[in-house]
Amino acid sequence: MIPEVGSGALIVALALAVYGSAAAAAGARTGRGALVESAQHAALGVFGLVSACLLLLTYAFLTFDFSVRYVATNTNLGTPFYYRITAVWGALEGSIVLWAWMLSLYTLLIVLRHRHNARELYPWVLTVMLAVSAFFLLIMTVPAPVFERLSPIPADGRGLNPLLQDSGMITHPIALYLGFTGLTVPFAFAMAALITGRVGDFWIATTRRWTIIAWYFLSLGLLIGGWWSYHVLGWGGYWAWDPVENAAFMPWLTATALLHSVMIQERRRMMRLWNLALVILTFSLTLFGTFLTRSGVIASVHAFTQGTIGIFFLCFLALVVLTALILLAWRWDALAAEGELDSVISRESAFLLNNVLLIAATFTVFFGTVFPLVSEAVRGVKVSVGAPFFNQVNVPLFLSLIFLMGVGPLIAWRRASLDNLKRNFLWPVLIGLVAAAVLSLLGVGSALAVAAIALTAFVAATIAVDVVRATRARVRLGENPVRAAGGLLLRHNRRYGGFIVHLGILVITLGITGSHAWSVQTETTLQRGEHTDLGGYRVRFDGLNASEESNHMKVTGTFSVTNGRNLSTVLLPAKKYYPQEQSPIAYVDYRLGLLEDVYLVLGDFARDGSEATVKLQINRLVSWIWIGGAILTLGAALSIMPERRRPA
Amino acid sequence: MRRGWKWLLPLSALPVLALLAYGFRVNPRDIPSPLVGRPAAAFTLTAFDGATVSLESLRGKVAVVNFWASWCYPACYDEAPVLERGWRAYRDRGVVVVGVAIQDQTEAAQKFIRDFGLTFPNARDVTGKVSVDYGVYGVPETFFVSRDGRIRGKHVGAVTDDVFRTRVDALLQEGG
Repeated sequence: MIPEVGSGALIVALALAVYGSAAAAAGARTGRGALVESAQHAALGVFGLVSACLLLLTYAFLTFDFSVRYVATNTNLGTPFYYRITAVWGALEGSIVLWAWMLSLYTLLIVLRHRHNARELYPWVLTVMLAVSAFFLLIMTVPAPVFERLSPIPADGRGLNPLLQDSGMITHPIALYLGFTGLTVPFAFAMAALITGRVGDFWIATTRRWTIIAWYFLSLGLLIGGWWSYHVLGWGGYWAWDPVENAAFMPWLTATALLHSVMIQERRRMMRLWNLALVILTFSLTLFGTFLTRSGVIASVHAFTQGTIGIFFLCFLALVVLTALILLAWRWDALAAEGELDSVISRESAFLLNNVLLIAATFTVFFGTVFPLVSEAVRGVKVSVGAPFFNQVNVPLFLSLIFLMGVGPLIAWRRASLDNLKRNFLWPVLIGLVAAAVLSLLGVGSALAVAAIALTAFVAATIAVDVVRATRARVRLGENPVRAAGGLLLRHNRRYGGFIVHLGILVITLGITGSHAWSVQTETTLQRGEHTDLGGYRVRFDGLNASEESNHMKVTGTFSVTNGRNLSTVLLPAKKYYPQEQSPIAYVDYRLGLLEDVYLVLGDFARDGSEATVKLQINRLVSWIWIGGAILTLGAALSIMPERRRPA
Repeated sequence: MRRGWKWLLPLSALPVLALLAYGFRVNPRDIPSPLVGRPAAAFTLTAFDGATVSLESLRGKVAVVNFWASWCYPACYDEAPVLERGWRAYRDRGVVVVGVAIQDQTEAAQKFIRDFGLTFPNARDVTGKVSVDYGVYGVPETFFVSRDGRIRGKHVGAVTDDVFRTRVDALLQEGG
């Protein structure tokens, strides 16, 4: 039953999306409101139907309905309840369902929020949103039919990829997809602006909040992905410059650029063309990411199975990029800037430079990601581009960006005077220099670590200078300091939300710097009762233990960990043997700390439990990456709140 | 900026799109196996029907060594009938298909063989040694071995009738 009902619902949803998109466009051209209203109903219908499909699919997983091919391929009778739910989006077809559902949700939210306040843009926004939805519904009907029937019905299914059987896999795809699909909203507004010719600043102001929301979810998705990689994959890292990580990182970079450059447009009526191009680029990169993950063109740990789906994605990507750029060329003359750059030493140019650096980073990541393809096309040689390339090129770019993060928010618009510079930057520069000196005196050998931490101190000091000064100004008016600081956050939530996001990024930078500069590791084979020492920790091998779990076999090592001061604990890293997998899956055990994590991975072992190889890592400051993520969340939430600033 | 130049904007996207389209022509997983051209590793296994299957005994014949598992759905399910068809069509011309079940349970593998009515020799690689010797990365993988016992081709994923015929015909033609 489920296959037929589900497929039917999808086809109706596809028809509704196509109709709604056309009706909204017709309504916009003819000015007939009834057509636009009809398109709104279609959007509601699409949302209802895709929601129903998602629920139906979940139900099929929970009841082990192996007549659905997708269910049989991604679950088996041993899959625990929790992972039967994550299995819904654990593979290609289901991930598209989740994607389409989020897109239809965003479309609905646009209807609810903007049907009366987005003027001529609104019907075109609806047109674009529904057209993109229609594409994903087409994918779900033709090349990746999620409700395809399987006959004969097998007694048991294949089971979910064991690496995906982790709590991070609930939240990582959801956050990431909310980010990806959310970026459709600014794109739809940009297209509407180009089509109507209303390329002024209205669309920018309307989409600011949407862009921040999408940007935030994208950041969260990347961070949770890093956490998953760290605690599941067992190689002790959180970022590997894998093509698909890059695919999610590139739109994040361009969206970050966009969030900054729109401020110049709002303030100085400049960079209209640039902002439109950035929106187009960002949305195209989200499509490029889905193309990369699902086409099998580039090998990656994330790659889904391949099929004709890649060709659909490439055609759609081509359609989007070409249409958007032709529209942009068509409106070229209307996009001239009204303001102009007055001085190189100004906030505008700091933001401009920020954009140049972010785009340069995007370009290098893109180049490194597609280079294997270029090489094969041009020289016929298979190559892979590894982390050293990405790190070497990007680290200087990111350090410069952090420097600008300190300069941009404080330097004056138009032309900064010497006095302005001295007033804002004298103390922060001194603090940065002192930090560098102290670190060098402490014997920190890595110049990179010294530079990164000194820059972090500099930026943190600029934020402190700003907050202290603004609070003081209110205290002089008679407010008490705590109230003054709190009021500052709420009244100027855009500015201070941004500062908090910056703080989050600084904290993440500290974590990344620390983990690169100071982590240590060793790999050794221990007899039972033997121990190894690393970084002040003593790890003793106490034995092995085999157990049968619901859907796999597990061999657990017992290791006692002490540091001779306050820590004495037992870590239980394991290897899991899933019948459907060729090689065992590592189960990492760790103890997280603010300064360092103890991280154990079980390697080979003797069957009688007399000896085991273990990889021991002391990873420094990694926890600050996750803490930075929490700070980022606070900042993003603050900056999308309605502004409470009273008119001066 | 002169008026015509702006149209370079959409044109600039074309090379990138062309590059991505080129991507469909290559398969990133198609990593050339270092074993191709080398002598195939010898093995002796006990088939499910009790007979002994060894690679040495096949010298002088073209051998198709297929690694599979009963849980490998759908690829192994897709290729099982293909292999059986190929075996029946070519067995009189000096071609042998050998199935090696890896990471599998005996009952499940036997049910698989019964369900698909497989008649070519099939054995279980109990210790996993054979799959390690052949550098098997996942199932299914199929190795095409020439009469003189060299690995001449490796196919990753389900074998199709076309692949089977092309590979085997090529091996039959060389050296008469």
